[in-house]
Amino acid sequence: MQKLLLLGDEAIAQAAIDGGMSGIYAYPGTPSTEIMEYVQASKAAKENNIRALWSANEKTAMESALGMSYAGKRAMVCMKHVGLNVAADAFVNAAITGANGGLLVVAADDPSMHSSQNEQDSRFYGKFSFIPILEPSNQQEAYDMTRYAFELSERMRIPVLLRITTRLAHSRTGVECGEAGPQNELKLPDNLRQFVLLPSIARKQYRELLGKQEQLEAASAESGYNRIIEGSDKSLGIIACGLANNYLLENFTDSKLENPVLKVGQYPIPLDLVNELYGSCEEILVLEDGYPIIEELLRGMLNKGKTIKGRLDGTLPRDGELNPVIVGNALGIKHDQGTAVPEIVKTRPPKLCDGCSHNDAFLALNEALSDYGRGRVFSDIGCYTLSALEPLEAINSCVDMGASITMAIGAADAGLVPAVAAIGDSTFTHSGMTGLLDAVNNNSPITVLILDNSTTGMTGGQTSSAFGKIDTIVRGLGVPEEHIRVLKPLHKYHEENTAIIKEELAYQGVSVIIPRRECIQTLNRRMRQKAKAKAMII
Amino acid sequence: MKKDIILAGVGGQGILSIAACIGMAALEESLYLKQAEVHGMSQRGGAVQSNLRYSSDPIASDLIPEGNADIILAVEPMESLRYLPMLNKNGWIITSINPFNNINDYPETEKIMKEIWKQPNYITLDANAMAKDCGSIKAANMVVLGAATPFLGLKPSSIESAVKAIFGSKGEEIIQLNLKAIQAGREHALKQL
Repeated sequence: MQKLLLLGDEAIAQAAIDGGMSGIYAYPGTPSTEIMEYVQASKAAKENNIRALWSANEKTAMESALGMSYAGKRAMVCMKHVGLNVAADAFVNAAITGANGGLLVVAADDPSMHSSQNEQDSRFYGKFSFIPILEPSNQQEAYDMTRYAFELSERMRIPVLLRITTRLAHSRTGVECGEAGPQNELKLPDNLRQFVLLPSIARKQYRELLGKQEQLEAASAESGYNRIIEGSDKSLGIIACGLANNYLLENFTDSKLENPVLKVGQYPIPLDLVNELYGSCEEILVLEDGYPIIEELLRGMLNKGKTIKGRLDGTLPRDGELNPVIVGNALGIKHDQGTAVPEIVKTRPPKLCDGCSHNDAFLALNEALSDYGRGRVFSDIGCYTLSALEPLEAINSCVDMGASITMAIGAADAGLVPAVAAIGDSTFTHSGMTGLLDAVNNNSPITVLILDNSTTGMTGGQTSSAFGKIDTIVRGLGVPEEHIRVLKPLHKYHEENTAIIKEELAYQGVSVIIPRRECIQTLNRRMRQKAKAKAMII
Repeated sequence: MKKDIILAGVGGQGILSIAACIGMAALEESLYLKQAEVHGMSQRGGAVQSNLRYSSDPIASDLIPEGNADIILAVEPMESLRYLPMLNKNGWIITSINPFNNINDYPETEKIMKEIWKQPNYITLDANAMAKDCGSIKAANMVVLGAATPFLGLKPSSIESAVKAIFGSKGEEIIQLNLKAIQAGREHALKQL
């Protein structure tokens, strides 16, 4: 066995390569991005022709993976938690169609919102869709579970959800890798109507899905990912899900944990194990690095059983990620405390890079809007969201991918004219195009800035699906040629750019302004590579 | 043997390179290792940190428990103070004194230094000047790493082979620069002890 130093994300990628995956589909999103990046950089993946390209969004990624599963091959689709909202239609229905080749959906949750708009718990989606969920507690389990997931998916003919969180995704440790296995042969589903969700067929498939639940629970009991670790102190039994188990164990590096623990890594949780713990202990503490899902189920609506401790009764904070001290406090363990942060220490929020094209674009927009007053710029998800902060304070919304254009439509309908949308190039092809079509059909008096830095910047410069296509798309959606304006966002063109934006703000229909200049990070990277290549030639 | 280290700095200052060097040296000595990094938006000129843990026994948590870190290793002085709640009572602060001022309300350097001097154990160094003396200011992060080496519980030879492995693709010149920077930092720290 080979031991590699891997991030949690990379352990999943390596396992999928070793596990006979034929294709990975994804849209970049912290903390999931490194899974695809690892496969793209992998020599083994290249040699085995594993398909590894970015998709336009999480829904197209999910559907493509489903198509590969239909054809009998193993596919993986990766996204951040909110990406699963985008993919939800395909995801939920994929549970009804079921899988043919192994189908693994990886959702990377972000409790404490290190890089996100919310901290939704993807386990809800798994439960909602009646599919098995795997929740690794460490990078080794992330590797092992990924390989197991393909096998489980094919055996149960169902997609499997692998749920990880930021800490696991972005923490590096030694991982033992197994032997690589072969990819599947092309093989159509036995029943060619399996994937046809006409109501009559869907009803049958749905009943089959419901019928599988008992077997899924049995699989959770057999896999070894759920088990009770005995303890003599029955005053409290502990249920530790996924990563929470590490934080629990961290409190007992120098002493012995005397309480019985149900370690949970696979859902649906076998009822027998829950019953065993609940029956033998006076109280139960539930540790979940996310929403209190199991805790809520155990309490029930009336909460008339034994005392259930966790996030709902204040034993643990209601929101945010867990850590060793929070878990220790819940068990009454006293910790050493460091010194408080001195008052002179100031916050240092992230900001746009020096030389960033977005900065010049927003300076021009701010000036162009000065006659109309503040509060009319709807924006989106990307580096440019940082322009909400000082010194630019240029935007007034950031909700979900693509919401800038559509929120501007609604605000204009309400009378806020002109309304402005500011969206990045990658976000535009992710979810902005349909909104722009709405705006054209509505003849909305809005000005849309498509901030084209020719990359997916915030996640580290992945290839943007929009690259080289924006002008054509915008024209194709019906924006009049004379109201598609391309700018070069540089300080020396500030006056000119401001004047163009002003003209379009005055236009009573849909205008699209495209400030286009490459991301300073990808530009620098390219220049370094170029210099290196040149040095090698000499 | 067990070390818990908080690496601190501003996005782009090279704390992940320091982490990679220490991590690889720890692996060379067959220790268990966990290293939690910060990726994503916070890298853009914001405060960044990494939790690095290595031990002769298996490690449970990816995160260092508050009040438990043995070392705060910082490439920026204000950032060295941000993680004081993480440091144990006998822990060491090892920090560059060169401010990275990209905010409006950055405190006076003297005030920052006064706070550092209040702590029981610290090594401070002008990493930029020392790196320049070694050949390039870009090696400032390696100078700070060098100053930490007396506290890491790792053999200098392990650090050296880690540097060679990590910077191998960048050529012999870069390797030598980094090794020189590490040596300068180390000598500085040993003198202050």
